[in-house]
Amino acid sequence: MESAFIIEKSVVIVAVFALTMLMAMYSTWAERKVAAWLQDRIGPNRAGPWGLFQPLADGLKLFSKEEFEPNTPNKFLFVVGPAIAMSTALMTSAVIPWGDKLHLFGRDIILQATDIDVALLYVFGVISLGVYGIMIGGWASNNKFSLLGAIRAASQMVSYEVAMGLSVIALLMMTGTLSLREISAQQAGMNWNVFYQPLSFLIFLICAFAETNRTPFDLAECESELIGGYHTEYSSMKMGFYLFAEYANMFISSTILAVLFFGGYNYPGMAWAVENWGVNIANVIGMMALFIKLCGFIFLYMWVRWTIPRFRYDQLMHLGWRILIPLSIVNIMITGIVLLRSEIAAYLGF
Amino acid sequence: MSTVLIIFCVLAAITLSTAFLTIFSRNPIHSAIYLVICFFSIAGHYLLLNAEFLAIVHVIVYSGAIMILFLFTIMLMNLNEQDEVHKPRFTRLGAIVSFCLVCLVLIKIFIDSKPIVEYDYTGEDYQSIKVLGKVLLNEYMVPFEFASILLLVAMIGAVLLSKKEKLEK
Repeated sequence: MESAFIIEKSVVIVAVFALTMLMAMYSTWAERKVAAWLQDRIGPNRAGPWGLFQPLADGLKLFSKEEFEPNTPNKFLFVVGPAIAMSTALMTSAVIPWGDKLHLFGRDIILQATDIDVALLYVFGVISLGVYGIMIGGWASNNKFSLLGAIRAASQMVSYEVAMGLSVIALLMMTGTLSLREISAQQAGMNWNVFYQPLSFLIFLICAFAETNRTPFDLAECESELIGGYHTEYSSMKMGFYLFAEYANMFISSTILAVLFFGGYNYPGMAWAVENWGVNIANVIGMMALFIKLCGFIFLYMWVRWTIPRFRYDQLMHLGWRILIPLSIVNIMITGIVLLRSEIAAYLGF
Repeated sequence: MSTVLIIFCVLAAITLSTAFLTIFSRNPIHSAIYLVICFFSIAGHYLLLNAEFLAIVHVIVYSGAIMILFLFTIMLMNLNEQDEVHKPRFTRLGAIVSFCLVCLVLIKIFIDSKPIVEYDYTGEDYQSIKVLGKVLLNEYMVPFEFASILLLVAMIGAVLLSKKEKLEK
């Protein structure tokens, strides 16, 4: 029993890890293709059919490039920076429910690495640690442009984390749980949270863009002002780790958006499919539904990147602190009033 | 030795060694990073006590917010050994006195505390957010609200300090 449990969890963890890596790899390819499509170009088409081997070629290039190290007294921290960025990007996927369960070999396999009571807080904790990778890397580069880029990125992420947390509070008041598995299960049958909490979804989406340092919030790597941002001094696979972490973050935040607001693995008619086609087929379709939803969000990330120009820094801070935070507080109050409407009505004597 | 005890010993070694390294390392950035590792190992201790919520909140608040702001300020100030400020004797005396006072408090805590002899599982739910929320907003309502007012006042004070500087320019 015990060993079967360990094997089951290991298989789930390895599968999730492989999926994250594969998605991050192919997001780089998709980004180029989407950019080319939006700009009326062809995009990568040399390596393999439709340029499908382009990520492999890129990886090979990054591995074989010269590993340049700047003249810095902090060689160790210089290596630790990208390592932290990469590991925090991969840690979040542990609490995401990829499906309800599968029934294989006479046992129920829960499609989630771990179902902890405080899953959503865990996600926030890991996100807040992602800042360390950028700050330590930028500082250890011993380059003022890297440091400026790192400080920009960190202050942006810290500011938007506040609004992100506040926007989720309104959602939590409705769901009454922090477990992503329960939040997914509550949304069965088109009861998607986005219909009940549209404002919360919008704020969360904007903050997710800011947290992943994507355009229009990519001031950290503002080429015209800062050369390359916090990874100016990085080369070879260390640089690759930072870029890879960005794409992995994009994948994970898309998944969390899909799970929190778009029903996770639920799709219309899932209960019917479980009854008529069995648990396994229904859940495989569920996983595919989640996959389609998150691919939609990844496409949205790319679409926005190639459509909207970058903000100015003061505009970014203004949006975060003066618009999103008050808006999410208003959202919390409205949600509270709606949730307690019968009590309030009774108190006022209606 | 049980697994839990081994994990406890490793965590305790990390906590103590990084805490000492925080004090003894010459570079302030290294100090701050050691302190972050120290906070992480303390979160590990909370997890050993089966307090998931406390561990995660500890990571979010201390490692995720406070220490990042610490690192921020240290990086911006660019402290190095040449321009280390030498404190006047009066301040040093004050530091010694306050350290002794803290020691008194710590000794009292150590005398009163009951050591955890064994980690055992009673099955009682005392740490899930539902239980914690009910306890905080029923039994400890007043201290909870006081703490939030304290935080609010501190926040307003910080905003006021930064505003004042701007006006004088």
